[in-house]
Amino acid sequence: MIKAIKKSPAYNAFMTPLTTQNPISVLVLGICSALAVTIQLKPSVVMVFAMTFVLTMSNVIVSLLRNVIPKNIRIIVELTVIASLVILADQFLKAYMFDVSKQLSVFVGLIITNCIIMGRAEAYAMANNPWLSFWDGLGNGLGYGVILVVVGFIRELFGTGKLWGIKVIPQQLYDWGYVDVGLMVYAPAAFIVIGLITWVQNEWIERAKHK
Amino acid sequence: MIDLVNIAVKAIFMENMLLALFLGMCSFLACSKNVKTAVGLGLAVTFVMTITIPVNWLINEYLLKDGGLSWLGLPHVDLSFLVFITFIATIAASVQSVEIMMEKFSPTLYANLGIFLPLIAVNCSILGGSLFMEQRGYGFAEATVFAVSSGIGWLLAIMAMAAIQEKLKYADIPKGLQGFGINMIITGLIAMAFMSFSGISF
Repeated sequence: MIKAIKKSPAYNAFMTPLTTQNPISVLVLGICSALAVTIQLKPSVVMVFAMTFVLTMSNVIVSLLRNVIPKNIRIIVELTVIASLVILADQFLKAYMFDVSKQLSVFVGLIITNCIIMGRAEAYAMANNPWLSFWDGLGNGLGYGVILVVVGFIRELFGTGKLWGIKVIPQQLYDWGYVDVGLMVYAPAAFIVIGLITWVQNEWIERAKHK
Repeated sequence: MIDLVNIAVKAIFMENMLLALFLGMCSFLACSKNVKTAVGLGLAVTFVMTITIPVNWLINEYLLKDGGLSWLGLPHVDLSFLVFITFIATIAASVQSVEIMMEKFSPTLYANLGIFLPLIAVNCSILGGSLFMEQRGYGFAEATVFAVSSGIGWLLAIMAMAAIQEKLKYADIPKGLQGFGINMIITGLIAMAFMSFSGISF
């Protein structure tokens, strides 16, 4: 049973972006939001959900329409589909999670220009059926999510000593002279943390290949 | 006047689109292999931004904003949920026209930028600029100054990055860190340098 699932193309479409073809660290797509929202864990997680929703749905819709879209205007059609989905996500966040949506500010809107979504719509959904595109979208969304959550975790933990807004580093450590790394909340740390994560991941992929 | 200077300095240095707000990273990483291409792309971004942000300001002010349609006798219409889709349409249209003009007047630049020109349409710094303009409630003059200086800031950052990358060819970098990894770390260091501008005001 599991073997049959592992062999199916849908599983493949789902797992490749999670492992060897990670959209952020390997394909270098969609970095902007990955850096900007990761000051804390909570906005990172919300962003991942919004992003995965838009990516999966846009993949499915573009794939359903792929035989009707004229080639010359496909980018505009794709952008329209994506922009409408982003409006949905944005209105939902504003209605049910107002404080997080304030924190994410323009970055929800910027999902439109996130290159992962355009990239997947162009490269995958235009050429594959809706079922496979669905799994591809989900896989890419989560592959993006893994990096976001890791970066958010590191930056919040070391920058403020909190996780999800709750203090986790015990007061005792501060008494012994531990100090929060103030730089972590600023922009440069995001770049450097992502750079280091990629390093680790590349080494890991390299190892896996040699086995 | 002082206000405008402040906005300009802030947009170029302290709140640099690329280094502090992380906008436009994709084309920044893809086009920073040599200084010439980088400058071309930087100028294209500045140009498109200078056109689109004021145009989007007008659209937002007179069509979309709550009460913006009152000149038509419709003071209670609020279309502000349409900002994303209208802004992106304006941007896509301007990019298309810049592309046509560039192909006509500067074929070498056009050949150099090649595939990345259409990508300006999905360059988040441009949509981001428009959204920040809307969110911060700038007036028309402020929005224009903000647009030009954000573009200049982006240009400065990508120029610095391209110059460093040209030198980087001679460096001995650990294998796993090559490419994306080291680029990120360099950007981090440039961002740190730009951070030291914070606190300047006139």
